[in-house]
Amino acid sequence: MRFAPTEDQVDFRDAVRALLADTCPPEAVRAAWGGRVGEETGGGGGDGRVRAAWSALAEMGVLGVLVPESAGGLGLDDEDMVPLLVECGRAALPDPVTATAYVAAATLRDVGGEVADGWLPRLAAGEVAVAAGPLGDAPLAGALTADAFLVGDDAVLRWIPAGDVELEPLESVDGSRGLARLRGAATAGTALVEGPAAATVSAAAADRAALGAAAELVGLSERMLAMTVAYASERRQFGVPIGSFQAVKHQLADASLAVAFAAPLVLRAANSLAHGDPDAGLHVSMAKAKASSAARTAADASLQCHGAIGYTVEYDLHLFMKRAWALSAQAGGPDQHRARVRAALGLR
Amino acid sequence: MDLTWSASEESFRAECRSWLEEHVPRPGLPSGDTSEGFALHLEWERLLHRDRWAVVSWPEAYGGRGASLWEWLIFEEEYYRVGAPQRVTQNGIFLLAPTIFEFGTPAQQDHYLTRMSSAEDLWCQGWSEPNAGSDLAGITSRAARDDAAGGWRLTGQKTWTTRGAFCTHLFGLFRTDPDAERHRGLTYFLVPLDAEGVTVRGFGRLDGDEGFAEVFLDDVFVPDGDTDPAGGGTLGAVDQGWGVAMATTTSERGLTLRSPGRFRATAGRLVDLAREVDASGCLSELVADRVADAWIDAEAYALFTLGDVTDIVEGRSPGARSSYNKIFWSELDVRLHEVALELLGADAELDGPWMKGYEFALSGPIYAGTNEIQRNIVAERVLGLPRK
Repeated sequence: MRFAPTEDQVDFRDAVRALLADTCPPEAVRAAWGGRVGEETGGGGGDGRVRAAWSALAEMGVLGVLVPESAGGLGLDDEDMVPLLVECGRAALPDPVTATAYVAAATLRDVGGEVADGWLPRLAAGEVAVAAGPLGDAPLAGALTADAFLVGDDAVLRWIPAGDVELEPLESVDGSRGLARLRGAATAGTALVEGPAAATVSAAAADRAALGAAAELVGLSERMLAMTVAYASERRQFGVPIGSFQAVKHQLADASLAVAFAAPLVLRAANSLAHGDPDAGLHVSMAKAKASSAARTAADASLQCHGAIGYTVEYDLHLFMKRAWALSAQAGGPDQHRARVRAALGLR
Repeated sequence: MDLTWSASEESFRAECRSWLEEHVPRPGLPSGDTSEGFALHLEWERLLHRDRWAVVSWPEAYGGRGASLWEWLIFEEEYYRVGAPQRVTQNGIFLLAPTIFEFGTPAQQDHYLTRMSSAEDLWCQGWSEPNAGSDLAGITSRAARDDAAGGWRLTGQKTWTTRGAFCTHLFGLFRTDPDAERHRGLTYFLVPLDAEGVTVRGFGRLDGDEGFAEVFLDDVFVPDGDTDPAGGGTLGAVDQGWGVAMATTTSERGLTLRSPGRFRATAGRLVDLAREVDASGCLSELVADRVADAWIDAEAYALFTLGDVTDIVEGRSPGARSSYNKIFWSELDVRLHEVALELLGADAELDGPWMKGYEFALSGPIYAGTNEIQRNIVAERVLGLPRK
């Protein structure tokens, strides 16, 4: 028994954290915003990508963690990948690392075949970005710049090169999401898997999408709390730092508690997916339900403890908060994942 | 990460399970907070000790098995899974013993530890006073030096002393330097409750049982105990009691007292109850969600603890993070029972096991440093917010 990342995993995580601190500071996230955060705040006009960070991640091997070594990747597993997604969340990196390097890479690795052989090396090299999600009406993040789409349901899992499907752009509350709906996806591209096997493969992809979001939410939450602790230690009212007030302390303690107890669920789900545990889906749902709630708690506390400055687009908090709102609801909100836990417990 | 148990850990689990299933009293024992119930619990404690299950992680010399922290977790999981009785010896075993292991003289260790694991000596804690609860450093009970007699004379009042009316010994803090303030000038004492000048008055806790006591000390003589610890004595250095005591409160707040086994067992019973209600068609989705949520939290606590144990085993101390544990398990315990009472509908008010458990759980956020104090510790020592 050992419930902690290995030394290698810690080193890798720390390296990614440092890399993203350099290549994806809040100004870069702001610049990746598409419209609404306007020129006056130094943002806007972006397409939801921070390419300097993306290519640095590719160079470090992050985008190929799950890609087999024969295809130019590192051939590692979920336990190695998930802590890195926490770091992507901490930086609010808008690029589709979860969809590309986690969901798509693991799915292509597992199904194999011509599509996998063709695309996996390019995934690992950072040459292509993927948007992934359920086949249907759900908005897909990173769709506007995706080179391919991975969408599935119980009957089929499709791989659709960009250009083979029409996009309906959507405006997200988080202007860096590059969000769009696909039109006509049901008949576009290639069917990677069809028939009964599709349900299993699509479910695994959905689980990784949910766990990736959960991991990012943990990172986002920790970042929001760190920002808020720093601000509350500096900001003085009534002659003292506001962080010395118990009302502020207790809100932040509660939020940090929620995150601290969500994080182990995320790690465990990664372990279960890596080992093909039959309860992996349940473990993912436990993690996503709690990470989503924890991120809400952290975002609420952070906004409240910042006061009016947090309620502006000039200040950086909103970049992290809006991403947290988006990811809480993506890949199944807390309600949907709790329902799966209920079912596993044999309850209605 | 490796979330599997080794073959020897699995066989340890099998041994725990088979012994417990054979020996656990059926039906369960009445509350250990009445004199009759306490006596029955003592029989159970002595049976545990006879077969070396009372203190599995202690050295064999003191009645333990030298079990690893992982094996201790396994034991606790099996213990609560089978519904074994609450440990009435826990304040001694989990709070005082770690301090004796760390600060006791060899003579104190030899004298006290075996008598504690065998439930011959029954320890209660003497921290709180009428005017010193959360603000523990405000204690005023004092110990005056009596050089002629070779010891100390203790005077003052301790209160909210769990099971004080049934115990034989008290451990606690007394002010040995009357000029020192707050955390300074305190000394950790071990006091036999049959010493002359001690008066113990039991009183009812929230559940009505006599689980609390006030302990009055009127010029109680405690010898230095250097040569013969039987009459009591000081533990650790004179005037350094705060540091000595903090060693035990860390145990209490952290891992050692609250293994996840108890909460997972309660969560399992909650799910069973919800299934029964569901089978009768009366389970609302809202309450089912709360059941699922509480069950997830019990699992999260178990995983968090695995992380703590990994850290401890590998030499990284959880430190102030142990305040997280205390807040989380104590509020989880309340929540588990609240949801169960909701499931019971009109039967909730019956004085049954869930209501009893609820009353018991409500003490968690209060004792061992209220959760308000714990949140301050998290905010200041984990997050780094300013004290002032």
